[in-house]
Amino acid sequence: MALKMVKGSIDRMFDKNLQDLVRGIRNHKEDEAKYISQCIDEIKQELKQDNIAVKANAVCKLTYLQMLGYDISWAAFNIIEVMSASKFTFKRVGYLAASQCFHEGTDVIMLTTNQIRKDLSSPSQYDTGVALTGLSCFVTPDLARDLANDIMTLMSHTKPYIRKKAVLIMYKVFLKYPESLRPAFPRLKEKLEDPDPGVQSAAVNVICELARRNPKNYLSLAPLFFKLMTSSTNNWVLIKIIKLFGALTPLEPRLGKKLIEPLTNLIHSTSAMSLLYECVNTVIAVLISLSSGMPNHSASIQLCVQKLRILIEDSDQNLKYLGLLAMSKILKTHPKSVQSHKDLILQCLDDKDESIRLRALDLLYGMVSKKNLMEIVKKLMTHVDKAEGTTYRDELLTKIIDICSQSNYQHITNFEWYISILVELTRLEGTRHGHLIAAQMLDVAIRVKAIRKFAVSQMSALLDSAHLVASSTQRNGICEVLYAAAWICGEFSEHLQEPQQTLEAMLRPKVTTLPGHIQAVYVQNVVKLYASILQQKEQAADTEAAQEVTQLLVERLPQFVQSADLEVQERASCILQLVKHVQKLQAKGVPVAEEVSALFAGELNPVAPKAQKKVPVPEGLDLDAWINEPPSDSESEDEKPKAIFHEEEPRHTRRRQPEEDEEELARRREARKQEQANNPFYIKSSPSPQKRYQDTPGVEHIPVVQIDLSVPLKVPGMPMSDQYVKLEEQRRHRQRMEKDKKRKKKEKGKRRHSSLPTESDEDIAPAQRVDIVTEEMPENALPSDEDDKDPNDPYRALDIDLDKPLADSEKLPVQKHRNAEAVKSPEKESVPTVEKKSKKPKKKEKKPKEREREKKKKDKKGEDLDFWLSTTPPPAAVPVPAPSTEELAVSTVTLVKDEGEGLRREELEDEDDNMDHDQERKSSRHKKKKHRKEKEERPRDKKKAKRKQAAPLENGAAEEEEPIPPMSSYCLLAENSYIKVTYDIQASLQKDSQVTVSVILENQSNSFLKNMELNVLDSLNTKMARPEGSTVHDGVPVPFQLPPGVSNEAQFVFTIQSIVMAQKLKGTLSFIAKDDEGATHEKLDFRLHFSCSSYLITTPCYSDAFAKLLESGDLNMNSIKVDGISMSFQNLLAKICFHHHFSVVERVDSCASMYSRSIQGHHVCLLVKKGESSVSVDGKCSDATLLSSLLEEMKTTLAQC
Amino acid sequence: MPREAGPAKMIQAILVFNNHGKPRLVRFYQRFPEEIQQQIVRETFHLVLKRDDNICNFLEGGSLIGGADYKLIYRHYATLYFVFCVDSSESELGILDLIQVFVETLDKCFENVCELDLIFHMDKVHYILQEVVMGGMVLETNMNEIVAQIEAQNRLEKSEGGLSAAPARAVSAVKNINLPEIPRNINIGDLNIKVPNLSQFV
Repeated sequence: MALKMVKGSIDRMFDKNLQDLVRGIRNHKEDEAKYISQCIDEIKQELKQDNIAVKANAVCKLTYLQMLGYDISWAAFNIIEVMSASKFTFKRVGYLAASQCFHEGTDVIMLTTNQIRKDLSSPSQYDTGVALTGLSCFVTPDLARDLANDIMTLMSHTKPYIRKKAVLIMYKVFLKYPESLRPAFPRLKEKLEDPDPGVQSAAVNVICELARRNPKNYLSLAPLFFKLMTSSTNNWVLIKIIKLFGALTPLEPRLGKKLIEPLTNLIHSTSAMSLLYECVNTVIAVLISLSSGMPNHSASIQLCVQKLRILIEDSDQNLKYLGLLAMSKILKTHPKSVQSHKDLILQCLDDKDESIRLRALDLLYGMVSKKNLMEIVKKLMTHVDKAEGTTYRDELLTKIIDICSQSNYQHITNFEWYISILVELTRLEGTRHGHLIAAQMLDVAIRVKAIRKFAVSQMSALLDSAHLVASSTQRNGICEVLYAAAWICGEFSEHLQEPQQTLEAMLRPKVTTLPGHIQAVYVQNVVKLYASILQQKEQAADTEAAQEVTQLLVERLPQFVQSADLEVQERASCILQLVKHVQKLQAKGVPVAEEVSALFAGELNPVAPKAQKKVPVPEGLDLDAWINEPPSDSESEDEKPKAIFHEEEPRHTRRRQPEEDEEELARRREARKQEQANNPFYIKSSPSPQKRYQDTPGVEHIPVVQIDLSVPLKVPGMPMSDQYVKLEEQRRHRQRMEKDKKRKKKEKGKRRHSSLPTESDEDIAPAQRVDIVTEEMPENALPSDEDDKDPNDPYRALDIDLDKPLADSEKLPVQKHRNAEAVKSPEKESVPTVEKKSKKPKKKEKKPKEREREKKKKDKKGEDLDFWLSTTPPPAAVPVPAPSTEELAVSTVTLVKDEGEGLRREELEDEDDNMDHDQERKSSRHKKKKHRKEKEERPRDKKKAKRKQAAPLENGAAEEEEPIPPMSSYCLLAENSYIKVTYDIQASLQKDSQVTVSVILENQSNSFLKNMELNVLDSLNTKMARPEGSTVHDGVPVPFQLPPGVSNEAQFVFTIQSIVMAQKLKGTLSFIAKDDEGATHEKLDFRLHFSCSSYLITTPCYSDAFAKLLESGDLNMNSIKVDGISMSFQNLLAKICFHHHFSVVERVDSCASMYSRSIQGHHVCLLVKKGESSVSVDGKCSDATLLSSLLEEMKTTLAQC
Repeated sequence: MPREAGPAKMIQAILVFNNHGKPRLVRFYQRFPEEIQQQIVRETFHLVLKRDDNICNFLEGGSLIGGADYKLIYRHYATLYFVFCVDSSESELGILDLIQVFVETLDKCFENVCELDLIFHMDKVHYILQEVVMGGMVLETNMNEIVAQIEAQNRLEKSEGGLSAAPARAVSAVKNINLPEIPRNINIGDLNIKVPNLSQFV
């Protein structure tokens, strides 16, 4: 025992490191699993050690084992331990392991939040970097929410290394926590112009990815990206931007026009293939969006196609592949330009590389025409024979079907040929696409009436060889074609030459090995066949034969009755009884054929797949209403059998027309006949097979050689479909001759010489035609093609309007560890402001040109974009201000003056504009004097209108005409000659006894303010959070200094116990003011007012939940009334929403219900009613004191209205 | 509302394996259970294995990961395949160049990298990769910058004494004498990855 102990501790000394582990595994090739399980046991021992180095070593080995496929999630907690090691070496090991094995389901992941936050704010950039990298792999919605603010701060870190990582990870944060997008976006946008190329590239990366998912929200960034595109030399950035433009142009064609020139320049100039390729791609996208004819664009298309041809002809297979890929995009809109390169593409079909062959196949789809379809398909068929892999062969098969069936068989001139192609395809072994072929057979047989006879003959042949099909490939799904074959033979049995033979084929014992759904169709169609045979025999008065057939059925059907498949069994036993009954009747000599056929009377009409959906719901019909009251208990609905082919639908859903009066029906019938007469694709009822050659108008008198289709077309040694290629050629030749004759006749009349007959696509008349559209759609179908967006799309959450100014509620949750925050955030808070102000002097030196440009930038995004787009090339945009810009600038000036308060707020929220905006304001101020007179003459309301346009307000306003005055939640705290202090109190749902007070300190003097310290006299209920170790008498330092004229914001956290009463805290701000003459110590006293409203959080509430709340009866009631109110109800509500953090639940005329919630979970419901000049507010709240305090506050607000 | 961890990554996976399909680096940017990861590695290996070296480096991944929007872009160096699985937001040629950058960086950091380096220093390879690609997004493409950051971190690690500063190192000499399992000769043929010079880019 003791020995064991000793041995154990010695082993510890021999701990393997990663290299030993790898070596060990390599030396235990025969019993690797055993060896590894031994190692895992050792690792488990090591993880129990206290030594962090041992643990880290163990975790490192686990990471290796994870790569080999071993689950290491059991060590998640140990991994966290290693992550929190103080040494970078260990930390890195921990984060690596975490990034490999943590995911949203890892339960201990929530333990990491604080550790990660600590690492993010670590003074060592590599600790931060490692944490960011790790987090990027395992960020969860919770982590994203809790850390969003920390990461956002890092976006302005001094080290570019951290900045670029922080920028990139924001994308992950947005995905997991979409609410963070709007608050963080302004800063992200700033990073597009970061001095460090790596950071810039990261920002481009993130914004491009966001924009790719929801392009419309990012249109306003187009000018910025355009600038980057023309200035950047980093190919990575260029590629991303160019790709982004590809996504934007479909939304804004004008953008495309602007892009064409720089892009074509790039195409001509760049030597980087990747860039060239992306440029071509985007030019293609542009041209697609500009589809309406601009004559000079054909040059661009030609350029693209040319360049692509060069790529495709390149010996580098990668370029060849990409060339084909891009070509397929051009194909969609400019098929003609691609078709001229058919030779090249057909050549690629023979390439040794499968990827390239597949791409070439894609292209073929758009290259076929009536003229070359047969030829191309013939080529493909030879490929099918040669193809080795089933994947490629399957791909070929689907492509052949795609090509032939595209746009309602537009290119097929001879359906007999097509049917035989389909039949040939059934010989493919091992294909998964039997059902595709079957669907085509059904579709063609149903919709091309003229082909039915031929189709039936082919299908019966298929059925006859069923044993072949079934035995060799049953598992592979080719037997699906029997489904189609059986159905076609049954449904159109009147065309069968040898019905008896087919019947026997369908009753063979082998059939029972087919899948159930096929057998079921067999059984059903056996009866159809039987019915038609009976009819024949009885007409021929051959009673004996008729009885024989019946006998056959009686003998063979029982094999289906025994089927394990319920459907087959049911149908078979039903039919067996029926046939037995018929047998009895036959024995008595009663003629039965009529009655049996009556079972299947009526012709089947094709119905378009979406027909039912497109019938408009008649007025007054509520489809969701119960017709009868539902039965009391749930009768479990039987699961519907899955429809295998949509063609089957017509049988289940015989359309029921809403009843119309006779007259209306007659009118419609007439209209439809008219339409059909004009529709070249419509065949009038039952044309004889011969007649189809005479369909072309005006050629009846020309003698036509008839092809007798009942004679099989088999030529020994040649596959069937090839026959048709020849026949088709003959047919076309004939057609040409006919036409020539006609033309000659005509031309003779006109005495003109004939030119050489050239065969264009339109000249080829199809031999058979497809019945479509008119019959398949209900008469009053609505044209609609709505394919709703997938509601589960994770990117939908990121479809967020980014141009709207930020609302108060949209701040990122800040976890107030004020100290840590304050120490590391100086860059965040002060840097931009300092820059802002320091630009001031520079400003004045700015040339008028630049100022002009800035002015342009400033006006609201939409206008901005319009303006940018409307100007011709960028350099031309600079000179002489357009009068409209001038005017806009002036009106903003007035805003600054009239609504200074509002603007301040905007400045705070709207970091979006901060630079431009600020400069703007100054520059316009500069101009103000000049324009003052002009300005004063301008009607006031016009300005207001501008204002409204400039900043749409949220919070349930918007629909009324009257603009809502700007509001600010920041109110004055104190002011003296040095400093002005405003503050706002923000509560957060995550903290039920904490609020954050944001204080804006504005230096109004010429002195430099430093050593600012804020202190308050805590009350029992409300206390300021101070750094650890300090007493209640110590102030909290403000984490920045204020140069003259600068303002900045600091945040302080307060803890509160009870929130039902408003409270005031006395406090002092002390600071040192330093100017040229010396420094003085100054103090400013203030009273911090914690209103009850500041504990409320705007929480949306649905009216039903609201009603429930009111009904619950646990709420106390109180009310107030305020007279002398002139403000509109709309604005009034907006004011309550804004200042008291309510949201409107419902509004009816001049009455509205509102809701809010306190951080401690009190519900507050209001009913606000407006009289002539008074407003009454009825409130209900779970706490009476809170309610009365709130109403008091509201009274004060309303009194100011 | 639980949010799906949908295919949000631009680079979905980076796999490095040798000519026999042995994984040398497996880095997924979307969660897959370990056995699925192994399966993906195996299937990917079989896909690229049957491709000649002189055919194109793109493969439609299809059913493997992510679906039709995803492509496999790979390069084959000596005994190793480097495979990136990416979606359509990435430029195909760009990724090819990125692989080149990654391999050249490995070459610099390991000084003539060979498969053995990757075998015994999987952790270091990960750290290098982390400076190139982060969370499925391209972080840095400038090799000098990448190498500089890696070297700085290595220095930092060295100053802390490294991972094997633990007792293990002290006794490593003893171990080497006693342990029979030390491979006397590792025979895996010519392993040097020849880094061809084919940057079309930058």
